[in-house]
Amino acid sequence: MKALLDWLDQRTGYRGIVRHSLYENIPGGARWRYIWGSTLVFTLTIQFITGLFLWMSYSPSSQTAWESVYYIQYQMSGGWMLRGIHHYTASVMNVLLVLHLMQVVIDGAYKAPREINFWFGLGLLQLVLGLSLTGYLLPWDQKGYWATKVATNIAAIVPVIGPAIQKLIIGGADYGHHTLTRFFALHAGVLPAAVIALLVWHIFLFRRHGITAKDPKRKPDEYFWPDQVLKDAVACLAVMATILFLVLRPWILGTGEELGAELGAPADPSETYSAARPEWYFLFLFEFLKYFPGGTEIWGAIVIPGLVMGVIFLMPIIGRWQLGHRFNVGLSFALLAGVGLLTYLATTQDKRDPAYQAAVKEAHRNAERVKLLARSPSGIPSAGAVTLLRHDPLTQGPKLFAKNCASCHRYDGHDGTGAKPTDEQTASDLKGFGDRAWLSGLLDPERISSTNYFGGTRFKDGKMARFVKRDVPKYSAEEKENLQKIIAALSAEAQLPAQREMDEREAERIKEGKHLIASEEIRCTECHKFYQEGDDPTAPDLTGYGSRAWLIEFIGNAAHARFYGERNDRMPAFGAKQMLDDQAIGLLADWLRGDWYEPSNKVE
Amino acid sequence: MQENRLPEMSARRGFFKKASAVVIGALAGIVPGLSALFVFLDPLRRKTNAGESVMVASLSALPEDGVPRKFSVVTSHTDAWTRNPDVPIGAVYLRRTGQKTVQAFNVVCPHAGCFVGYKVDRKSYHCPCHNSTFALDGRINDPKSPSPRGLDELPVEIRNEVEIWVKFQNFRAGHAEKIPVS
Repeated sequence: MKALLDWLDQRTGYRGIVRHSLYENIPGGARWRYIWGSTLVFTLTIQFITGLFLWMSYSPSSQTAWESVYYIQYQMSGGWMLRGIHHYTASVMNVLLVLHLMQVVIDGAYKAPREINFWFGLGLLQLVLGLSLTGYLLPWDQKGYWATKVATNIAAIVPVIGPAIQKLIIGGADYGHHTLTRFFALHAGVLPAAVIALLVWHIFLFRRHGITAKDPKRKPDEYFWPDQVLKDAVACLAVMATILFLVLRPWILGTGEELGAELGAPADPSETYSAARPEWYFLFLFEFLKYFPGGTEIWGAIVIPGLVMGVIFLMPIIGRWQLGHRFNVGLSFALLAGVGLLTYLATTQDKRDPAYQAAVKEAHRNAERVKLLARSPSGIPSAGAVTLLRHDPLTQGPKLFAKNCASCHRYDGHDGTGAKPTDEQTASDLKGFGDRAWLSGLLDPERISSTNYFGGTRFKDGKMARFVKRDVPKYSAEEKENLQKIIAALSAEAQLPAQREMDEREAERIKEGKHLIASEEIRCTECHKFYQEGDDPTAPDLTGYGSRAWLIEFIGNAAHARFYGERNDRMPAFGAKQMLDDQAIGLLADWLRGDWYEPSNKVE
Repeated sequence: MQENRLPEMSARRGFFKKASAVVIGALAGIVPGLSALFVFLDPLRRKTNAGESVMVASLSALPEDGVPRKFSVVTSHTDAWTRNPDVPIGAVYLRRTGQKTVQAFNVVCPHAGCFVGYKVDRKSYHCPCHNSTFALDGRINDPKSPSPRGLDELPVEIRNEVEIWVKFQNFRAGHAEKIPVS
C-alpha cells in the first residue's frame, strides 16, 4: 500500500497538495468566525452537484422547460428533493455571502495586501446574484417569467446601448426559446465557469496572504486540520440542516403545502399575473424602484445600486484610514439595515394588499389546476402545458363569464370568479343551468319571475311566466308528478356530466317525460319545438336543451329563429357578431355545463 | 512545513476530532449526493409502452407477389412528459405469404440496431451498417452475416378481413435469442 502511494506521490505530488491544504497555519487557533468561506464553498459544491443532475433532465425551450421541470418535480424519484435542495441552497447562499462579506469588512480583511482578493470576492458576489437571477427564469413558470421580464426590461433603460443589451440577453426581441437557451447557457455554463475561475484565484490569494486573524488571539496557533476543519464541517452540517428544513418545511410544520421548491403555472404572455415578485433576496431592489417616478427609474435601478457597489468596491482604499474603516463598517450595517427595511416594507405592503393576496391565490389555484391536468390521462400535449389551462373550461369559464355575461347574468350570485359585479342583475342566474334543480326553479310559480330567472327581463310577465304562475299551482297530484318527469326529461336533454348516472338510472321516467313534453296535455309544444313536435315555435327549441351544441348555438346567437327570434331581449349574438370565437364559446358552454376534467371522472 | 511551531495535541483527542470532522463533513455532503443519485437512477424504473397491437396497414396496400413494403407503426406514445396521441414509434416490413396471411418484421437490424433496407434486385434485406443480409423470410442468408439472428418477426393478426394489426416490439440487439426491450 505504502509503495503504491509512494508511486502515486512521485507522479502527482498529492502529499504536498494534501499537506498544503490541511496544514495551513491559523494564528490564534480555530475559531467559529472563520467558517463563512468554507460554508460558501460547500453550498457552491451542492449547487454544482444538484445542478448537474437537474441538467440531465431539464429541457430549455418554451414548450418543454416547464414540462421538464414538472417531470423532475412530480414524476422522477427524488426529483422534488433534488430541485428543492438546489432552490433553497440558492437562498441560503445569498445569506452566507452577506455574512461572509460582513465578517470580512468588520475584521478589516480587505486591507492591504488583500484588496484584490476583496474585489474577487465582490465579483463572486455578483456572479452568484447572476446565477440566482438566471435560475429563476428556467422553470418557465408565471412567477419566473414575469419577474425576469422586469429584470430584463430594467436592462433596456440603460441609455443608448440598453435595448441592444436587452436583445442580447433575451436572444431576440421577444421572450422565447432563445431566452431559455441563453439563460440556461449563462446559468449552467458561463457563470459557473467564471465562478470556478474566480474562486480558485480567491482561495489561492487567501492562502497566499493567510487568514486575517482576529485579535486578541485567545489560543496558540493551530493547523487548519483538524480543528478548523471540524468547525467548518459542523457549520456545513448546520447549513445542510437549514436547507433540509426549508425543503421539508411543509411536512415538518404540517402546513400541507407541497414539499420542495414551488412550481407555478406555465408562463403565458397572454395571462395577467399580478403576483409577479422577484425572489425574496431581490425584493429590496424591487421595493426601491417604487420610489422613483416615471422617467427616473434608471436612478433606482442602475445608478444608485451601481454607486453603492462602487463604494463597497472602494472599501479597501477607504479603509486605509482608521476613520475610513469605521465608515466602512458603519456603511455595511446601514446598507444591511436599509435592505432589511426595504424587504420588510415590500412584504408588509403585499400582506396588506388584498389585490396582491387575491393574485397569489389565483396563481396558486392555476398552478394546482395545471398539475392536475398534466396528470390526467390525456397528459401534456406536444404544444406544451400552457395549452392545458388555455383549453380548460374550469379555468377560462369564470373569466369569460365575468367579462361577457356578468353585466346581466349571475353565477350563484357572483360574476363567476367569486366577485360581486357592479351592474345590477337583470338576467337569470346560470349556476346549474339546465339541471333538475335549475329547471325546477324555472317551473316554480314562486320563482319564475324572480331575478334569478326571468325577473329582470322582458319575459318577466311573458307567456311562459304566465303559464307557470297560472297553470302549475292548479296541478293535481298526478300532474305534479308529470311535471317532475318533464323536468327530468328536459334536463336529460342537456346530458350534463353531473347527472349522467341519474339519467341512466331513470331512463324509463325520462322516456315518459319526453312523451309528455311532446304531448298536447302540458302544451309545451304550443310555443316550443321539441324534436318533430311544435309547428310554429315562438320560444327556444327544447331539442337538446342545455346540451353543448345547444348552448354553443344559443350563446352564438340567441336571436336566431331556433331560440328567441325577434323576441330576444338583450342577449348579444356573441358568435354571429364575432364578439367571442368558437373556442371561447365552447369553453363557456362547457363550464356552464360543469363539463371539465376532474380526477374522479376518469373511471373509464 | 512549520510543524515544530505548533502545539502537540494528545493523540486520542486528535483522532476524535479528525474522525468527527470526516463524519460530520460526510453527513453534510451525503444529502445532495443521494438525492442526485436517486434522480440519476430514475430511468431504471421506466418501462416502454410498446408491446401492444397496432393497426399498421390495410391488406390492399400489400402487393400480391409477396414483395415486402415498409410501414410506420403509429400509435400513442409518452415521451417523458409529452403525451402524443399518434406518433411513429417504429417501422415494420410487411409481406404477403398468402391470400389472408401476412408476415411482419421489425425494420431494425438485430446486430446493432441500424435500419435495414430492402433490395428489390437482390430480393433480400440488407443492413447499411455492417452488411448483414437477410432473406425474404427474415432468415440470415449469408453465413458471414454479422447479425447473430434473423430479422425479428412480429405477431400479426388480420382483423375485420382487411386490417393488418401488428404487435410491435423491439428486441435487444446483439443476442442470438430474441429478448424484448422492456
